[in-house]
Amino acid sequence: MSLLELTGVSKRFGGLQAVGDITFSVEKGEILGLIGPNGAGKTTIFNLINGYYAPDVGEIKLNGEPIQGLKPYKVCRKGLARTFQVVKPLGRLSVLENVMVSAFSKTNHLPEARQIALEAISFTGMDAWKDNLAKSLPLGMRKRLEMARALATKPQLLLLDENFAGLNPSEVERTIEIVKKIHATGITILIIEHNMRVIMAISQRLLAINYGVKIAEGSPEEVANNGKVIEAYLGVAHA
Amino acid sequence: MTKKAVFLVVPALLVLIFPLAFENPYILHMLILSMLWIVLGVSWNLLGGFTGQVSYGHAAFFGTGAYATAILVKSGQPPATAWWGLLVGGLAAALLATFIGWICFRLRGPYFSLSVLALSEVLRLVALNWKEVTNGAEGILFLPAFNDKGAYYYIIFAIAAITIFAVHRVMKSKLGFYFLAIREDQDAAESLGIDTTKYKLISLMISAFFTGVAGSFYMNYMGFIDPGIVFDLSKISIMMILVTMLGGAATLWGPALGAVIYILVSEGFRVYVGSGHLVFFGVLIIVIILFFPNGIVGSILEAKGRRERRTDNKDPKQVGA
Amino acid sequence: MTPQLAGQIELFLQVVIAGILLGGLYSLIGLGMSLIMGVMRIINLAHGELMMVAMYITYLAFSLVHVDPYVSLFIVLPALFLIGAGLQKYLITPVMDVESVLPQNQVLLTVGIGIVLSNLAQLIFSADYMSVPVSYASKTIYWDVNVGGQTISLSFNFPFLVAFAIAIGLGAALFLFLGKTDIGRMIRATAQDKRAAAIMGINTKRITYITFGLGAALVGAAGTLLAPVYYIYPAIGGPFTSKAFIITVLGGMGNIAGAVLGGLVLGLGESLGSVYISLGYKDAFGFVIFVLVLIFLPKGLLGKSSV
Repeated sequence: MSLLELTGVSKRFGGLQAVGDITFSVEKGEILGLIGPNGAGKTTIFNLINGYYAPDVGEIKLNGEPIQGLKPYKVCRKGLARTFQVVKPLGRLSVLENVMVSAFSKTNHLPEARQIALEAISFTGMDAWKDNLAKSLPLGMRKRLEMARALATKPQLLLLDENFAGLNPSEVERTIEIVKKIHATGITILIIEHNMRVIMAISQRLLAINYGVKIAEGSPEEVANNGKVIEAYLGVAHA
Repeated sequence: MTKKAVFLVVPALLVLIFPLAFENPYILHMLILSMLWIVLGVSWNLLGGFTGQVSYGHAAFFGTGAYATAILVKSGQPPATAWWGLLVGGLAAALLATFIGWICFRLRGPYFSLSVLALSEVLRLVALNWKEVTNGAEGILFLPAFNDKGAYYYIIFAIAAITIFAVHRVMKSKLGFYFLAIREDQDAAESLGIDTTKYKLISLMISAFFTGVAGSFYMNYMGFIDPGIVFDLSKISIMMILVTMLGGAATLWGPALGAVIYILVSEGFRVYVGSGHLVFFGVLIIVIILFFPNGIVGSILEAKGRRERRTDNKDPKQVGA
Repeated sequence: MTPQLAGQIELFLQVVIAGILLGGLYSLIGLGMSLIMGVMRIINLAHGELMMVAMYITYLAFSLVHVDPYVSLFIVLPALFLIGAGLQKYLITPVMDVESVLPQNQVLLTVGIGIVLSNLAQLIFSADYMSVPVSYASKTIYWDVNVGGQTISLSFNFPFLVAFAIAIGLGAALFLFLGKTDIGRMIRATAQDKRAAAIMGINTKRITYITFGLGAALVGAAGTLLAPVYYIYPAIGGPFTSKAFIITVLGGMGNIAGAVLGGLVLGLGESLGSVYISLGYKDAFGFVIFVLVLIFLPKGLLGKSSV
């Protein structure tokens, strides 16, 4: 049984078919990369998995259990965490308080939540920032906060939505390390990313989307050399 | 004893022995009103400042608490209701809150605020028209259970203390974290495992409970209520917001400070100027919103925070520590 | 056709007429708010107080200089326009930039403005009910209709008739203004997408001043038109602000035709409700409808809003 299964999932917004008949699985313990040009529907897929939207048709199963249409907080409690492309820090709370909020999804006790939060903060290298207000953080740190918060919910599956966008090269390196560290603890990762170098380096498998439909799936080398993928990014002439 | 505890205990003791030393009924009345408004401000703030759901209709809970007590008394169990009534008022308001929340939390932001306002007005009209139960515009009148203001002083002091303590404890618990998360970013909160509807409802119910108790106390103390007084939009609902903003929303003591200032200023105007205190408060709201949006206590805390951060030697350029 | 049935029909038609005429006036009140909400997403809880200001101006013009209310429209419209634009420029726009814990500072600001206006009025004019006793205040036009052999007599209250006509006229003028003039187009552009409008060179700040001014002028006109048939007192604003909201929400924010429809629906609803159901609860219906529409029909009865 795959950890996450999408079968025939479609979503339409008014006249726009954002996602059309998407079927794929994510196996336990793997890192699956989701690529595609802007507007291809990648974040929509995340929003469908996460419970933000309900699919018009299709099924989404986590550990064999259907989760499509469930509210985001329920999906989170079933072991799925996500970061947001447009970061959503809880601005007037400190970094520690931010992460404690997500830690409370696993416990009702303040000291325990604090402990879980501190661990997640350490794991992502944010110790020096733990008492700073989230709204005072630079972008790179905000993206790390997203990850720390996701980790504190002790997920089985982590959805990373463009965590690397806007980071400078050394931040990118650091974040790759963190993602690999997360993976090493056994967490399965589904990652959307535009930075090709990053996603090729991290992913074990790739899935390419364009105009809401799957156009290629396979190992990074296979997908990168797939004619349709090249066409989607660079245009027909290069295919 | 820690410094903070001293700051709490000493004034509390002073407040407690005050009526024994001074028996001036006028001053006692002012203090009683102040403490009543402290309860109103602090309870509103739990939902408004801490959970970010701005209710323009809290008079609904104040009025419900008042009328619950009044109806209970009219149905014939006198003095005991000084105590029972408080609890009944609070519970009635909390029950109403479940209903109002179930309807209004489907809406967000200002639309939530306006829908609560609308329902509060509906309640006022019901109280005005359902004469069999509420006596309509004539209101309900009965003799207060105690003759001496001192008793009421201690009761409202206890209520205020309990309210502040309760809000304090809630905000330091998981509930508090969740409320703040909802305030900061409701969608992020949902993704972090928070059932935002449930927790908004909890916040509303706690808030409504204490507001209801305050309404109940008001009925017991004043001995007379009518729909125009206890369900009033400007003088209750909006004033609760003003009092909180004046002192500082999202601070524990802000609304308390705002309440005391409100009573002092209202009384000052009434005595020395005669009228026009509402114009002053209107202007005050405008000034606060434009220049001191975080209220008095909020601004002080902010200034302190900025000073503290400047003495910090955290280098913001430190990336990937 | 029995006399009783004819009587029922007469009553019903009378109530409907009264409702429609009232509805025209309500539309004017709602139009202003719908415009403001649609373009600037501003919730103006002082809307009724602006109407009150117009009514007092009308009262002063009449009692001091004997200017007929319909003529004082020419004073009220520009005066309220300036007041509205001024409020937007000096108070509301600055607040949009202030960061605070409590969201919706802007709404609370308008609450403060409303409190100041109504209580100033009370200080200046006292809380007494004033009136503008024009000669035609109770003038009625009668129209006898033959229904199945029985004659029913329908009466139209003259001031309400004039108010209705002028309200529809102003509504049409607004519609043309928004549709055909440059400024009107700029207003609509700002309503649809403020940033895009700004990028395309529209001075969106100035547009917001103009829009608020227009909204204030419209509700001011409603106040003037209402003056001959209503008492004037400082607290009159509140209930009308509520009505404006109900109409705005019914019609869809920013939807001009919707606001007119909403006004008529509210007017009819109140008229029918107060006669056939209960006078005391008629305002309560409006509020209940308000909440229901907000929840179930967020884009209004017509399903189209600019928000």
